Amino acid sequence: MDFQPTEEQRDLRAGVRDLLAGRYGREALRASVDSGVCVDRGLWRELGGAGFFALRLPESEGGVGLGLAEAVIVFEEAGRALLPGPLVATHLAAGVVPGAASGTAVVTAFDLGGGLVSYLGEADAVLGAPGLPAGSPVRSADPLTPLHRVPAGADVSSYTAEGAVLTAALQVGSALRTLELAVRYAGEREQFGQPIGAFQAVKHLCAQMLVRAEVARTAVYAAAVASASGEGSAAGSSEIAAAKLLADEAAVANARDCLQVHGGMGFTWEADVHLHLKRAWVRAEQWRTATEAEELLAAELLGSAP
Amino acid sequence: MDLAYTQEEQEFRARLRAWLGKVLPELPARPSPDDWPGRRAYDLGWQRRLYEAGYAGLHWPVDAGGRGATPTQHLIFLEETERAGAPYVGANFVGLLHAGPTIAAEGTARQRARWLPPVLRGEEVWCQGFSEPDAGSDLASLRTRAVRDGDAYVITGSKIWTSHAEVADWCELLVRTDAEAPKHRGISWLAMPMDAPGVTVRPLRTLAGSTEFAEVFLDEVRVPVANRVGAENDGWRVTMVTLSFERGTAFVGEVVACRRTLGELARTAKANGRWDDAVLRRRLGRLYGEFGALWRLTQWNVSESERSGGVPGIGGSVFKLAYSHARQELYEVAAQVLGPLSLSLEEEWTLDRLSSLSYTIAAGTSQIQRNIVAERILGLPKGR
Ligand SMILES: Cc1cc2nc3c(=O)[nH]c(=O)nc-3n(C[C@H](O)[C@H](O)[C@H](O)COP(=O)(O)OP(=O)(O)OC[C@H]3O[C@@H](n4cnc5c(N)ncnc54)[C@H](O)[C@@H]3O)c2cc1C
Repeated sequence: MDFQPTEEQRDLRAGVRDLLAGRYGREALRASVDSGVCVDRGLWRELGGAGFFALRLPESEGGVGLGLAEAVIVFEEAGRALLPGPLVATHLAAGVVPGAASGTAVVTAFDLGGGLVSYLGEADAVLGAPGLPAGSPVRSADPLTPLHRVPAGADVSSYTAEGAVLTAALQVGSALRTLELAVRYAGEREQFGQPIGAFQAVKHLCAQMLVRAEVARTAVYAAAVASASGEGSAAGSSEIAAAKLLADEAAVANARDCLQVHGGMGFTWEADVHLHLKRAWVRAEQWRTATEAEELLAAELLGSAP
Repeated sequence: MDLAYTQEEQEFRARLRAWLGKVLPELPARPSPDDWPGRRAYDLGWQRRLYEAGYAGLHWPVDAGGRGATPTQHLIFLEETERAGAPYVGANFVGLLHAGPTIAAEGTARQRARWLPPVLRGEEVWCQGFSEPDAGSDLASLRTRAVRDGDAYVITGSKIWTSHAEVADWCELLVRTDAEAPKHRGISWLAMPMDAPGVTVRPLRTLAGSTEFAEVFLDEVRVPVANRVGAENDGWRVTMVTLSFERGTAFVGEVVACRRTLGELARTAKANGRWDDAVLRRRLGRLYGEFGALWRLTQWNVSESERSGGVPGIGGSVFKLAYSHARQELYEVAAQVLGPLSLSLEEEWTLDRLSSLSYTIAAGTSQIQRNIVAERILGLPKGR
């Protein structure tokens, strides 16, 4: 057992981080918020070219041939950059929907409950559905996740486990990013003649953010590695449920704590933290909610052990 | 990132499992917390059996009496023994899990030869004399004084909350050897025999009703200078090594035990009808997920220390923070499963609930762990 990233995995992370810093840094993020253009087709194709969507397709099918662990690392970086668009659905559609693998198609999925679907207006296809359904737009809490109400969805249950673990990876990236933002602000902002980060009340908020993010991060990595190595499908899916549960909580709670550390500035449209919080809310409703995850874990717990 | 065990590790697991399957059924129950001498004998007996079967000091260096196994094998050992419900390390906690590893890392060849084999063979029990009435979280402000007299230190002062002091043979003791130096600089780490003249142990009753810890009074106790581990006045650095073992590895096996308890809780709840309460059921499900994640965090930390080959990092504080709170939550849920029976001290989970209250205090409080995480991992400024 060597549960540490390999050299290749570290390089992969660094590569994706560089790519996203160059192509979707803070200015690009704010520009998309201002313009309301969530899915930049050019960037989508670039991501496709870099193997973002075809990462797990076998090389014989034109993919990169990597596994869920690598995908999780890549998605963590996308979460950190707050990259918008139906990333998970398009990734899952690679090899299924033409153009998904290369990033020439934008594919969404019925991964939200309540008759809502995200990015319908931007999408070329919906995972598992024959065509694009008609929907009526709903004003979305997250400025970069447009929502539509649709009458009925297509079944995505065969994708739920992978969708959940990849979404959890996005959440972890966001949780680590809001931790970074909080720590930076706490070190710079001065009140009472010293950086606010010297005050224990602030320090402890930050420490707790790290604990949440680290526990969630290992849970997500382990879920990816364990389910790829087929450690028993039930164990795999309960591990994924736990990963999603903990990652959702880490992303939402870290964004809230980050907002608190930023004080009044945190409540402004100007600060990025609300964007992280709102996206974390969206993702918490996707693929597997906390209630579903807890019920699945409870059932597994009861059935486990003698 | 690889969670698969090697062929060798799997064989090790299988052998251990078979051995546990053979020896555990014939083992009597551990004596009650009122009977510390009984517990000492029981815990040492179990340690002796482990030693004889070749399972003691697995990951300790060979020249420290250990078997030089990988940390992963040690992890498998912890996982399998807890899973099988083998006895808790009990009175051997300090010796095996932090005094021993500290001596293995910092002691001289002579010190290792003197103190480590008896720990592994289940012959000697250690306790930890760090805290003092006025030096708990602010450990470096300790005042117990050691004055050099020839080849001995003469020690005067007192220690408190010393677990297992009543039944211990040795104490890892922190003393002030230089009263003039800044507080972190004048401390030394000593091995003190508990039967030395001038040592008085006065048991303290815990809120759980037991006497697992005590006050220790030291009145001109003579301890050979040769019993000092590390250089004189360099004891704070040695203490950091001890604390990193204590926070980083000492609670690892318990995570598995908590998962076992969760399974028992679920079955009890099913039998008494409380499983139908969705809020309770989901709390159990969540905890199952959390303890699973904590086990993975442990594997992560072990892999990390295996790569860097040494003392566990300050990541141990992250683990300790998450674990101590999850453990308390576990027994809060246990009380819900028990209902009014949770008021009965005859229920094991009631005692566990009481003792879980110490987890956010002992081995450094949660507040202190958060300070460590914030200042040393996140780099936030020290408060004035
Ligand atoms: C069951 C048990 C077993 C123990 N066994 C041993 C043992 O074997 N050997 C040994 O040496 N010690 C032992 N201890 C002692 C333990 O290490 C101390 O209790 C612990 O370090 C806290 O110190 P204290 O009790 O003096 O609390 P204090 O330091 O007085 O703290 C009281 C409260 O104030 C908070 N506080 C203190 N300083 C700060 C700060 N800077 N910032 C924020 N909050 C702060 C604490 O978090 C706590 O909530 C044991 C304790 C328990 C409960």
